[in-house]
Amino acid sequence: MPFDPDLCAIRFGTGLSPLVPAPGSSAEVLAILAGPDHAAEAWHIPPYAVATPSLDALRLANMARREVADTPEVAAAEAAYDELARAHVEALAHNVKATIARKIGTSDGLRERLVMFWSDHFTVRAKTGFLRHLVTPYVEEAVRPHVNGRFADMLKAVETHPVMLAYLDQTNSMGPNSVRAQRRDRGLNENLAREILELHTIGVDGPYDQRDVRQLAELLTGLGLDRQGTVYRSDHAEPGGETVLGVTYSAEANLSTVEAALDGLADHPSTARHISRKLAVHFVSEEPDQGLVDTLTARFVATDGDLLEVTAAMLDHPAAWVPERQKVKWPLEFMSSALRALGIAPEMIMTMEARHVRQMLQGPLAVMGQPWETAPGPDGWSERAEAWITPQGLAARINWAMHMPRRITEDLPDPRDLVSTALGPLASEEIVFAAGAAEDRAEGVGIVLASADFQRR
Amino acid sequence: MDRRRFLASGLMLGCSAAASPLLTPVALASAPWENRLVVIILRGAMDGIDAVQPVGDRDYAGLRPTLSMVEERTELDGFWDIHPALVPLMPLYQAGQMGAVHAVSTPYRDKRSHFDGQDILEAGTVDLSGAAERDGWLNRMLATVPGIMAETAYAIGTERLLILNGQTPVSRWSPDARLSLSPQTRLLLEVIYANDPLFHAASEGALRIMDELEAEEHGDEARLQGAHQQLAQFAASRLRHDSRIASFSLGGWDTHAQQHQALPRALTRLSETILTLQAELGPVWDKTAVICITEFGRTARENGTRGTDHGTGGAMIYAGGALRGRQIAGDWPGLAEADLYAGRDLMPTRDVRAHAAWVMRGLFGLDQSVLENAVFPGLDMGADTRLVL
Repeated sequence: MPFDPDLCAIRFGTGLSPLVPAPGSSAEVLAILAGPDHAAEAWHIPPYAVATPSLDALRLANMARREVADTPEVAAAEAAYDELARAHVEALAHNVKATIARKIGTSDGLRERLVMFWSDHFTVRAKTGFLRHLVTPYVEEAVRPHVNGRFADMLKAVETHPVMLAYLDQTNSMGPNSVRAQRRDRGLNENLAREILELHTIGVDGPYDQRDVRQLAELLTGLGLDRQGTVYRSDHAEPGGETVLGVTYSAEANLSTVEAALDGLADHPSTARHISRKLAVHFVSEEPDQGLVDTLTARFVATDGDLLEVTAAMLDHPAAWVPERQKVKWPLEFMSSALRALGIAPEMIMTMEARHVRQMLQGPLAVMGQPWETAPGPDGWSERAEAWITPQGLAARINWAMHMPRRITEDLPDPRDLVSTALGPLASEEIVFAAGAAEDRAEGVGIVLASADFQRR
Repeated sequence: MDRRRFLASGLMLGCSAAASPLLTPVALASAPWENRLVVIILRGAMDGIDAVQPVGDRDYAGLRPTLSMVEERTELDGFWDIHPALVPLMPLYQAGQMGAVHAVSTPYRDKRSHFDGQDILEAGTVDLSGAAERDGWLNRMLATVPGIMAETAYAIGTERLLILNGQTPVSRWSPDARLSLSPQTRLLLEVIYANDPLFHAASEGALRIMDELEAEEHGDEARLQGAHQQLAQFAASRLRHDSRIASFSLGGWDTHAQQHQALPRALTRLSETILTLQAELGPVWDKTAVICITEFGRTARENGTRGTDHGTGGAMIYAGGALRGRQIAGDWPGLAEADLYAGRDLMPTRDVRAHAAWVMRGLFGLDQSVLENAVFPGLDMGADTRLVL
């Protein structure tokens, strides 16, 4: 295989680093990915189940302060709420810091990249402020444990997760003929069912139609939330069995019926093709080599969606190593790979104050076009280079590259050294020259990080 | 590349810079129209009943026992008062360049979620089915017009405004994305992007915008302080030249509690935004329409925390020399219990999209069938709202 350690770190990892050596072989990269998740251990993010403040605690505190408005107890209720609100802000900053620290400190960069890929595939967005700090914990709980496991397991974890149910309106869906709908003027919401088929599994060009959407939506009606989390609500469930893509599921439904339907969709050959193409598009090219997509699809089918195997098939395929770096890093990748190349210690990020996180990381990400965990729709962030390298998007990247590194560290590298740290032999003649021709160290660092060389992968 | 070749490329850059549109007036393809449209999205649901107060409605004071208490009233006519924080716009109102339409809404009903409400407002559709390939109504409008350049429309701010998303290329810029670069760094950017057309074009675009802004700021026009004024100032700087459409959003409207403190802040920002547009547009103001739309209105009754909750019908504030102001237009449904939507909200009597559609028909001469099919699919525009002069 045409393995190249520098290209591997840039295209399939979180970038080159002066502190962490580039991988030696694809086999080594895959063995690390198959092993324990050291980065998650080193830079902890609580999974949703134990993340605080919980959605329930925030709701209760908010209700409490409204109930006692205009009474003497209001001050205590407001104080209790404010404390949770502060914890919520701190938790959000912690999520940003730990996510970036993992990317800059890890020896297992492919795992971070896969977490980003899959959390984008299963995009959620906080519809209420109360959920904003719980999006990363959703990823930690439902996505991250499965990036080297089975697709079906990730699918089931994600589609039954409280954050996904809230995002795609499942919490309000009920069967038109359910016990509940007889009493209230509400009905079916197809949103989750539609996105499962269109985005998460079969793909928009796949062999399903509106009847399948409707049937799957009816099958999902039992799925909902109570204060503790996901539950099966029999009184919301549409009576009778449902048929999705030719498979009929029992009328005696419960949570395992929902899981069986998701297993069925995970097994569908169109899902294998949809996922395989999406992986190739994300990692390699907007117009990926058909042989690469076919190989991934075949491996997906042969291994029942074993994602470690599918990822290995990608690293084993020559088309994945095409020397031309066609993709542009997303803003979060750009920023974290820049910090990694600069040799910033993860601890330096972890100890940043929340307001600095907003000024130096979150704010600039938004100007670059990628506000933290708020993708424009359920289809996630764009894979098109043109969507990111716009006048505004590029100006924000250049601006950050020129001004933020010197605010984050006093210890900037010599720009000429940074070129070889960050790009190795992949550096172009122009960037080698420009790094040496800058007026001062900070501008030289900025030029290297702002270069197309550095921003492509 | 060595230093001599670099200098040579710098000299070549100098030559090409001399031919750039910045230094020599180059006739660009003319924009399709002379009129300008600014769409300001008020995120968080503006309380239309408090912004433009129906004091002549006999149920108004009863529904809003504290919110209707104002120290100094500013009457528009016998029926309507304007909120004190909008009083700075009164000269515009008197000059016939500012007004409002009341009891309007999008087709969105009942769930009253900001998130979905804003998406529907910007998508211009009846619901959010087919959510994955959503585009916005301003972008669909542009798609129906030949000769549109990216410069024709600007989405301003750091957010990805859905209203301008879609197939037609538009420009995006945020006043936060400023670049101050040394001359040497600018030359080096030329070097590092020389072989990458995508990066090269984007950096050229960014530097051009920065240069234009700087050139304009050399005069007595200092950069304005508030983020909302910067949005307006930047919008005006584009609309004075080749741009015809600009959109941005203002937040701070979700006034669930202590509305008498929260709403004046948001309305003051809105007043300042409109006045900034007027001042910065100069003579172009006479060809400009500004419409301010929000995802839904708020409850007719004030709640237990002196605020209002998510409702349905609301108001659209508008301004600009191209519009017929000095009126509170719309079909007022009344605030009696039986007249409210679901017993709680102002009843919408007109689709806000019909107003937007008639404004675009008046400004840009678009066919009604195009507006009712391509721009707002399925909309019945109804009778002319006659907002455009």
